[in-house]
Order: sequence, then C-alpha cells, then structure tokens
Amino acid sequence: MTQLVPVLSAHWDEKDSFTIEAYTRHGGYKASQKALTMDPDAVIQLVKDSGLRGRGGAGFPTGMKWGFIPQGDNKDHYLVVNADESEPGTCKDTPLLMANPHVLIEGCIIACHAIRAKHAFIYIRGEVTHVVRRMNQAIEDAYKAGHLGNGVELVLHVGAGAYICGEETALLDSLEGFRGQPRLRPPFPAIAGLYARPTVVNNVESIASVPAIIANGAEWYQSMGTEKSKGTTLYSLSGHVNNPGQFEAPLGITLREILELSGGIRTGHTLKFWTPGGSSTPIFTQDHLDTPLDYEGVSAAGSMLGTKALQIFDETTCVVRAVLRWTEFYKHESCGKCTPCREGTWWLVQILRDLEAGKGTEADLAKLLDLCDNILGRSFCALGDGATSPITSSIQYFRDEYISHITHGGCPFDPVASTLFVGAGA
Amino acid sequence: MSTAEIVDMITVVIDGFEVSVPKGTLVIRAAEQLGIQIPRFCDHPLLDPVGACRQCLVDIEINGRAFPKPQASCTIPVEPGMIVKTQLTSPVADKAQQGVMELLLINHPLDCPVCDKGGECPLQNQALSSGHSESRFQGVKRTFEKPINISSQVLLDRERCVLCARCTRFSEQIASDPFITLNERGALQQVGIYEKQPFTSYFSGNTVQICPVGALTGASYRFRARPFDLVSTPSACEHCASGCDMRTDVRRGKTLRRLAGEDASVNEEWNCDKGRWAFKYVTATDRLAHPQIRNSDGELVQASWPEALAAAAQGLKASASAVLVGGRTTHEDAYGYSKFARIALNTNDIDFRSRVSSDEEREFLATHIVGSTTTYLDIDRADQVVLVGFEPEEESPIVFLRLNKQFRKRALKVTSIGSKLSIGVEKLKGEFVKVAPGEEATAIAGLPLTAKSVILIGERASESAGVLTAVAALASSTSAKLAWIPRRAGERGALEAGAIGNLLPGGRPVTDASARVDIAALWNTPSLPTSVGRSNDEIYAAVISGELGALLVGGVDPLDGLNSKAALTALEKAFVVSLEIAPSEVTQRANVILPVAAITEKSGSFLNWEGRARKFDAAVDNSLNRSDLRILSMIAQEMGVSLNLGTVTAAAKEIAAIGTWDGARVSMKPIKSEKTSSLKDNEFVLTSWRRLLDLGTLQKGEDNLAGTARQCVAVISSKRAASLGVVDGDQLKISSALGAVTLPALVEDIHDDAVWAPRNSRGSQLLVNLGATHGAVVTVVKI
Amino acid sequence: MAYSTEDLVIMDSIIKRYPRSRSSIMPLLHFVQSRIGYVDGEGIELIAKLLTLETAEVSAVASFYTQYKRKSVGEYHVGVCTNTLCAVMGGDAIFAGLKAHLGVENDGVTADGKVSLEHIECNAACDYAPVVMANWEFYDNQTVQSAKDLVDSMRQGNPQPPTRGPNSLVTWKEASAVLAGINDGKAHEGIQAGEPSLLGLKISKEGK
Repeated sequence: MTQLVPVLSAHWDEKDSFTIEAYTRHGGYKASQKALTMDPDAVIQLVKDSGLRGRGGAGFPTGMKWGFIPQGDNKDHYLVVNADESEPGTCKDTPLLMANPHVLIEGCIIACHAIRAKHAFIYIRGEVTHVVRRMNQAIEDAYKAGHLGNGVELVLHVGAGAYICGEETALLDSLEGFRGQPRLRPPFPAIAGLYARPTVVNNVESIASVPAIIANGAEWYQSMGTEKSKGTTLYSLSGHVNNPGQFEAPLGITLREILELSGGIRTGHTLKFWTPGGSSTPIFTQDHLDTPLDYEGVSAAGSMLGTKALQIFDETTCVVRAVLRWTEFYKHESCGKCTPCREGTWWLVQILRDLEAGKGTEADLAKLLDLCDNILGRSFCALGDGATSPITSSIQYFRDEYISHITHGGCPFDPVASTLFVGAGA
Repeated sequence: MSTAEIVDMITVVIDGFEVSVPKGTLVIRAAEQLGIQIPRFCDHPLLDPVGACRQCLVDIEINGRAFPKPQASCTIPVEPGMIVKTQLTSPVADKAQQGVMELLLINHPLDCPVCDKGGECPLQNQALSSGHSESRFQGVKRTFEKPINISSQVLLDRERCVLCARCTRFSEQIASDPFITLNERGALQQVGIYEKQPFTSYFSGNTVQICPVGALTGASYRFRARPFDLVSTPSACEHCASGCDMRTDVRRGKTLRRLAGEDASVNEEWNCDKGRWAFKYVTATDRLAHPQIRNSDGELVQASWPEALAAAAQGLKASASAVLVGGRTTHEDAYGYSKFARIALNTNDIDFRSRVSSDEEREFLATHIVGSTTTYLDIDRADQVVLVGFEPEEESPIVFLRLNKQFRKRALKVTSIGSKLSIGVEKLKGEFVKVAPGEEATAIAGLPLTAKSVILIGERASESAGVLTAVAALASSTSAKLAWIPRRAGERGALEAGAIGNLLPGGRPVTDASARVDIAALWNTPSLPTSVGRSNDEIYAAVISGELGALLVGGVDPLDGLNSKAALTALEKAFVVSLEIAPSEVTQRANVILPVAAITEKSGSFLNWEGRARKFDAAVDNSLNRSDLRILSMIAQEMGVSLNLGTVTAAAKEIAAIGTWDGARVSMKPIKSEKTSSLKDNEFVLTSWRRLLDLGTLQKGEDNLAGTARQCVAVISSKRAASLGVVDGDQLKISSALGAVTLPALVEDIHDDAVWAPRNSRGSQLLVNLGATHGAVVTVVKI
Repeated sequence: MAYSTEDLVIMDSIIKRYPRSRSSIMPLLHFVQSRIGYVDGEGIELIAKLLTLETAEVSAVASFYTQYKRKSVGEYHVGVCTNTLCAVMGGDAIFAGLKAHLGVENDGVTADGKVSLEHIECNAACDYAPVVMANWEFYDNQTVQSAKDLVDSMRQGNPQPPTRGPNSLVTWKEASAVLAGINDGKAHEGIQAGEPSLLGLKISKEGK
C-alpha cells in the first residue's frame, strides 16, 4: 500500500503556515541560500537528476526545460509561473498558495538563479481574491526580508477569467497585455517567450517542489515515485466521495489506494466514471481503479495524468449531462483563434444538447465522433483536443447511455440524486 | 550579386514532385511553385503567419519522421528531407481540410447571391473545390446585427467573417493603425472598433480587398455590381508620386471601383484609400464635354473643335506666350507641353510647379534630382532615412508603408526634420528633430549619415530658403542617397520631360549649347531658346507687367500658389488657352477651353518619385475625350508647327530616343537660410502640410472617403498654450494680413515658435485664406 | 474625470511594475473596476492614453476576459460554479434556487444593486463542491438554502464571511482593488486551509 508523503503540504495544518515566520521556522529560504552558492548549471543538473517533471499536465522534465535557456546570450531571461489553475477538477495550486505562498517564492528564486533570470512573474487566475492577497503579502514580506529584490524581482500578475491563459503561450500574450490567444511555436518560449526573450514557464507545483529538492538532494526525490515519474505530487480528490481533499503521495499511487485511505465512494453508491487529470483527460471507469497514477501508467491506459484532478462520479450521474457541461465549458473558453475549436465546440454543444434532451439520433453519435476527429489534432492548441476527450471517451465507455437518451426521449436520470444534499431537504 | 543576396535553396517533395525553394519558404508557397493550390484563408504572403484558420492542413514528414497530425502549411518553412502530402495525395489532409471547411460554413450565412464578394470569393471558390456539397449542420447559426459601419467607407457584416484576422493583422502590421481588433472570445469573437474611434486609417481599403469573404465591404461599391460584369484594366494611380500599380474595374463605360495592383518593388499589394476610392471626379456631372470660346461679349460659348483650335492658335501666336502645366500630367503629356513651349512658342517659359516653389528648388532639381535613381530598394537597405519637408503618410503613403515595413522588420531609424511631430513619424517611432519653421537648414547640416543613408525630400523643402542647399551639401559630404518625393503623380515625369524653365528633356540644361543641339536635332528644329525661362510666379508677374500676353494652361489650380491673387489677375489679363477636364478658376478666365481626357480615359505613363515608369492603358474605351498630347499637336498644327506627337506611343518613342544627359549639370547657387525675427506674445510662425484626405480636387464627390479625413485642428505647444490659456478644443483664430482661419486647438509636440494647421482642409485653406504656408509670421488668439 | 490624483499615482505605480508598460493593461482594468465597478469608456480611454495605445487595443483586451464587466454588477457579485462537478453535486440547483430567490437571470442585478448573479466555470475548489464565490471569495460546500441565506445576508448589508477568506466580505470594488495588486491588509485574516486541503496530511499523520 502506497503511503502518503506530505512534502509541499507538510505544514499546512499550522494556523500561520502562510506567513514568512512559519515558513522560516521550518527551514524556509535555506534552500535558496544554498542554491545561490551553487553554480547555476549545477542547480539545473540537480533538478534534472531529481527527475522532477512538470506538474501542470504535460510532464515535461523541469530540469531539461531550464537547460533549453540559451546561456551567455546577453539577453534578459524570464521565469513565468503558471498559477492560472482553471482545468475543471483541478484544485491543488490554489490551496498550496493559500497555505504556503513562500515555498513558491523560494522556488522562483532558485529557478531564476538557475536560468539566469532577474525577473519572475506569477500569473495567477483572477477569481481567487484571498489567494491574491496572500501571495502579494508574501511577496512584500520576502522583499522586506531581502529574499527578493537582491537579484530577483517578482511580480504577481492577476488574470481576469480566461481558461486559455493556462496554455503557456496564451499566458505570455496575456502577460504582455494582449488577448490571451496561443502563439505559433516555434519559436518556443525558451528562445522567444515573454517580450520575445528566453523564458521558462512552469506550473506552481513544479516550482514549489524545487526548494525541497535542493534541500534534500536529487537522490531523496528520486527515491520516491516510479521508474520515470519521480517524486511526490498532489492528487486532488473531488466529487462523489465521502472525504474529498488533497492527497500528497508518490507518483504511481492508484485511485483504489486513495479511496481506501480517504474513506471511499459516497456511502451506498458505486464508482461510475472519473477523470485522472481534469476534464481534458479521457475519462476512466471502475476498470481503471488500479491504474498507477503516473505519467506512463495513465497514458498506457488511454488517458493522461494531467493535473491529477480525480473527479469522481457515482452511478447517479448522467454521463451525457456531465459531458455536455464540460463541452459547454470548452465552448465558453475557446479563445476563438482557430476554426476547429471555435466552430467545433459551438457545434458539439448543439448536438450534445439535443442528445441530452432526447432529440438526437444514433446518426448524431457518429456525427459527434466524426466532428471530434475533425477537431482533435486540427486545432491550434490543446484546448480543442481537450474538448474532444470527454466526448470520445464517454462514448467509448457509455455508448448505451447515449442511446438510452434517444430511446427514452430524454435524460433517464434524476439530477437530484446526484447532488450532495439529496435527502437533506434542500 | 552581393553576399547578402546569396540564398540557400532547399529541395522538398510535394505530392511526389520535387521543388527547390529558398530557405525559409513556407510549405504553402513551395507548393504554389509546383502549381499545387492548398486552400487557405488567414495566410497572406505579406502578413506574418498566424495559422488560425487551419484550412491549409497537410501531412508532413521530415527524413522519414512523420508529424503525428496534419500541419498548417502556412506556418511551416521547408526543411531538407521534407515530404509533403497535400489534399491531392493524402486522405488525412483531405479530410482535415474538408472538416475545417465544413466548420467554417456552419455559421456562414451563405448569402452569396446578395454579397459583393460573390463571384470573386475565396470562401465560395474553396468551398466548391474543397468542401462537401451538403452540410451536416442542422443547428442555429450565429447571427449579428448587420452591417455595421466601422468607418464612413468600410462596412462590416460580422456573420460572414471567418475570423482569419487578415484585416486586423494588416491594420497592425502594415499600417500601424490598430483601430480594428478582434474582440470578445470564442464563438462570439468578432472584428470590431472601439465604439468612439472609427477605422480612420488611410489604408483601410486594403482590408476590404484582402478580406477572403464578404465581411468587409466598401460603402461606395456595396451592391453596385457583380464581379463578372466588370471589365478590369491594369492602371496606375494618379493621386501621388508613390507610383501604385492599380486595377480599374469598369462596367458599361463607368468606373465602379479601383483596387491595388501587385508590384513587389513598388506598392507590393497595397494602396491608400485616396487611390482606391477617389475616382468619381472622372465621372463628375460637370465634366467639360465641348470646346468653348469666349465671345466678344466676354461669354463662354460652345464651339467646334476646328474653331476652338484656330482661336487657341491665333491667341498664342499673337503675343509672347508661356506654358503653365500642372503636376498631374502624364510623362508623355508633359513632354508634349515641353516641346510645344520650345518649338511652337519658342520659349523656355514653362513650369510644372503649380504650387509654392523657389528658384533654389529649380536648381536643386536640375543638379540633383533629374535622372536620379534612388528607389524603394534603397529604403529597404538604408541604415537611416531622413525626412526633409516631407510627411510620407500624408504626402506619399506607400513610401510610408515601406518605411514602416523596414521599421517593423529591422527597426529602421527614421529622422524627421520639422516643426511638428506627425502621426506618421510617431508610428515610425522616428527621431524628431524639432526646429522652428525656416530653421531646418541648420539641423540638416549636422546629421551623421553614411553612404547607406537615404534623404527623402518633399516638395515643401522649397518653402524654407537654404534647406535644399543644406541637403545638397549633406549628401555630398556623406555620400547619402537623395530622393525627391513631390506630392503629385506627374511632377517627376514633367521634370524629366523638361517642363521647367532651366531644363530640356532628359535633364539637358537649356543653357548648354551641346544639350540644345541634341534636342534641336531630334526635334528637327534649327534652334531652341537659350536663356533660362521664367518660373511660375515670374510668368504671372510678366503677364501683369505686360511682358507676356498669352498663357497655355493645363491642369493648374491657381489657388495652389502662394500669391493666388496675382495668379488670378494674370489669368484675367492674359489670353488663356485652358486644357481641362472640369470647370475651374482657370476655365472661368480662359479665352479658349479645350476639354481633355481624364486618367481612366487615356493611356500613358507616370514617372513615380523613383523615376520608374508606371504605364497604363485606357480603362474606359469609348471616351471621346482626347489626351493633352493630341490636343497640343492639333494646336501646333494650327500654328503651322509639327509636333510629331500624334499618339502616346509616338511620344514614348521619342522620349526613349533622347536618353540621359551625361554632360555638365547646372550648378546650384547656394542659398542662405533666413532667421526669423523674435516673436511677440501672440505671434507664431506658420507651418503646415496637406493631409492625404482634404479638399483636393481629385477627391470631389467622395463623401464616404472624406468621412475618414483627420480632424482639422490648430496645433500649438503646451508652453505656448499655457501662456495663451488655451486647452484642447478651444477655438483658435490664426490671422495673417490677408485673412484668418478659426480652428479647434490641439496641444501637441510642436516647436514653441510654431503653429500648425492643415493646408487645404475644410475650414483651413491656408493659401486662399491666409496667403501663407510655411515660415510666415501669423498671430494666434483664443476666441 | 472619475479618477483622483492619487488614483493616477496608483495607476502609474501599476505601470511601473512591468518591464514593458503594455503588460499593465490587465491590472489597470481591474483598477478601473475598483473605482467604477465595471470597465467603462472613460477607463478604456484613460488606459489607452496612459499606455499610448489605441482605444481599440484596450477594448479588445477587456472584452476577452470574463471578469471585466461591461455594466454595473452588484455590490456583491455572486458566482455559482456550474461546471460539471459542482453542477452535478448541487451547483445547478443552487443557481436555479438563487435565480428564483433573487428574481434575476444570469448576469442580472437585484433592483437594490446589492447582489448580482452569474454562473461561473470551475474555480479550483472542487474538493469543496458545490462552490459559490462572492466577489471571488470562497463560500464552500453550499446548499440551496445556505446560498439563499448568504445572499439574504448581503441584501441586509451584513454579508456572511467567506469560508476561506478574510473575516468579512469586502465589496466588489474593494475586491477589484486587491486584484489590481493593492494590499488591503487582510492577507493574514481567515484560515490557512480548509479541512479537505488538510485531509491527506491528517491521514498521513495518523500513520496510515
């Protein structure tokens, strides 16, 4: 049985965990002091050796990303932290920044040293006022303490409600003051990112993992996780479970293990489907309870580890309704730049609404799948691809349920049964 | 070939065919080399690749490694070992393209029967070539309120738009006028303006032309014609000296629209809105149709051609005569006037500069400009460009676009010598060397230029004494290249044709005996007048003093000069033969009026500022109107002189036979600049230029175009504004001894001594209202 | 002009946060909302002027992001998450309940100007579903009744404090100032983490 290993979340249960005092009390800002005495290349090597991979979804090796930044080019370099956590189901960075913003700041200081950047930005979603307060206060305190301002400037940039800005090049355009639409690649951000300068864009959790790696060494980090997915990570359990929450565990833990640790599926109900890493990752079913939740394991089972957002739905949930709602999300969040995503999600919603309302036909299912085929891999960025995941995977596993909407002339489910307050007289 | 021009060639295979293209070529364009047309919307060769519409997806592998999914061929440059399969050979690419096309059409209104673009629409064409014949879409289409005016001349039908962003990218990347942008998001994304700021770009018409659907339409052409009813003729723009290649579309003898033509070395694929939309003057109802003669009662009466020609010949023969020819004639027509003056009137009294000018300028043109070879390519290669008495965006818009291209591409340094910072120079982030009007020469003298620098001189440089002397000295000390960019399309041609008092055709000085021998031999005439002829102002003065008795005037507006009163007096007094297209201040005072063909009705060529010939044919075949050249020949014949210029072809042949002059040039007498005396509290030195869109006669009748003209304002500096207690919007009265204009104030970056106002705009016709332009001391008061 | 000299000083300091001024468009738009309540023409024109941009460039950015409002919202802007997980677990019922209770539709404002209602996308608090946000502060584990009570408290001028947030709910304009990066001194208020955030840690400490 895999054990939970709180590293990032180790001190979240202390009331003042978000203060610089609490952070320093637990050895905070020692790792950055250590890193600043190291050669930047040695820091990059250490992060490479640790096996840390991007926690924002794609799993790209963090040290390698840092290594792409051209050295000695006499250009400004930038570090940009992606804190635009918006993927449906994803809720790990927000509690992390609420409870311990300083670990991210320290990670930024180390990363800036490694990539020879003097300026870092944290791009945070705009719909979290209190997290913005905490983060800005922490930055202010870190300046006062001299951790920032002596070689590294850090600015918190607050978004304004656009999922697409989680895509790194859209994020950069947004940060430059443009509409957050993805850019052509190449050039990649490592060559021409923010202000067309070499830029590293990393997820909050990736950068926040760095201080512990510096403090404890690459071997320590390497010792956790699986062969190619090293270290610990935050798994976010939500939905029809008795006890939702954050679970920090070595990569490779299974959903069965997390459910056993946390208290299982909502009492009296059974698991129907779940997402391993947010709504853009193809859904799983009961059959995937033992799939190792690491980059390779989830991929081999036909989905993606993504943000490790484990959204659990029990048998009371209508999959067509769930998928329609996600599709409406993608339609709402499509940036509009490319045809397949902009027009495709618009059309997908119309077909799915008809299907959910029992006005569809079996031919619509074929149309839906063909439309997904015309969007997947045809769009400008991964948003369009993500929009097709719930549709194609749900039809793969629950085709009969779609058909039953057609034969039933509407949704056969009672929406009340799936609410949290069913029977509570709400 | 210099090293910079050696290009690496890369060989790729597309649909089984090999093609070698320069490194950096995009796949979509490499395919074009093979005649393989990959459908596309957002792609445009002059705009940065964007990859937005996804219509051009193809399968690509490089050295055996295939991309996992189809790639946008408009964003990927060729690479060695690349194998491309387009829709012709890859079922995956074909399905991807069909899929995108289907998606583009689900929200398209399919209103082709009522859409201007129908028949010439890339969406329509490519839907037929790369789309399904039936749509699977059964839902509700997106609709918008339609159309919306994004300016007085451009309309937007948002539901037709495929969001390729060509228009917004053009506005930002080419014109630097980001007045239109993509707004909203996702399926609601739409092109639009900020509600209080219309699309008042001088280049807005290009967006209509490059829109691949009927989303952007021109107010003047909307619902006027179907493309297949139009007859298109390649033409050249007559509005300025940029030299745009154009296309004129005519239906049943009437010009309905004009489009930018393609010429990579001049206007690329762009033009300005004046060139595109100002053509109604040709079909104006007041066009002169018949010759007229002033009878003994002083009234103009219709006459037959033989009567009119005879009267003209007689009048011109009766006394000493001179020729005034405007700057809008074709090269061939100007040559006709030049030859006519010399052999029919035996005079060098001819001047094409029907505007403010100087003797310093005439000498400068003869020493440095006639025959000069500076081109757009020199701008492309320049290390620095200096603007003297020249606002490219207002006075030669395509020169502005070229400067802007180089600025955006490689941060070309542009330095402007002037008194007021212009919008155009601001867009170029140019270095603004701010001087008091009249004191430009000092600023010019110190510029550190190189042999790779280019000095672009506007016609207004003649308005400050000593400027051209300083420019000539700077060019000679630094070897920088010089170019003179007059506003009017015909001036460079007229200069080369010798329609000026100090030069014969081909840059030959009238004072040089061997030059005269050359030309006299060609013209089969025993001799030519030997002394430098009178300038414009001198000609008017000589009429008034009685030294001259008759004037042959073609295409001149006497109000364009500094002393319009003298001009009008002279025209009243002299026997005037006027060659014109429409009634004017000259025809009102003419003794004989001979109607001539407008630009679309004749063939010929302009020499643009580079000296490059811009040939064109008549776009309207059935015109009865004759070219100036033809009429001049007929008058000459009446006078017993043979011009031998019966046709444009004959004139062109003769011009070609002249060749360039390699003998000694006229030398330039250096002129010192004059210091302005100190100014009193309410005194300012006037500076001004003409806006691109103003009261110019060729813009007559174009209300939609006029709607996008820039605001008429009087500009003063913040320091002077403070001392006068003036804020933006206050009414300022600018007065001279002659009159006054009143305009709203605008406080901007301008020399403290100076006040700026537009030269020929509504409410601000400085030459007429003030009799002053640049360098004159005026008084300014807040009212 | 709706902006004081101090406001202009703040706006200038926002611009100076960035190596290139255009980057400050978004915080400046948040700042405009903190003064006006939404993004109006004057705000767009002022930002364009401060950043030497065309107004169209600013309005293009403003219209891309859903947090920038085109008209006044309530003093308390309530967002009900109706993305799949929250919707299924009760978000749809809460949203329907609030619409009926307040008598407004999506994007509507109550007549007293106190409360506006919007259905929002996933707000990164799925382990607290169903989630309601007010002025982008968290109200976790809501029911239809608790949400009605919440908006009632707002209309009575005494809003319940957020679950994870400051000790009392700030107004829409005050929250917008925080999003513009202005410190309101409330960072230390409220809990450091809710129970679900601590669940894994707790289980681990229990030695499981």
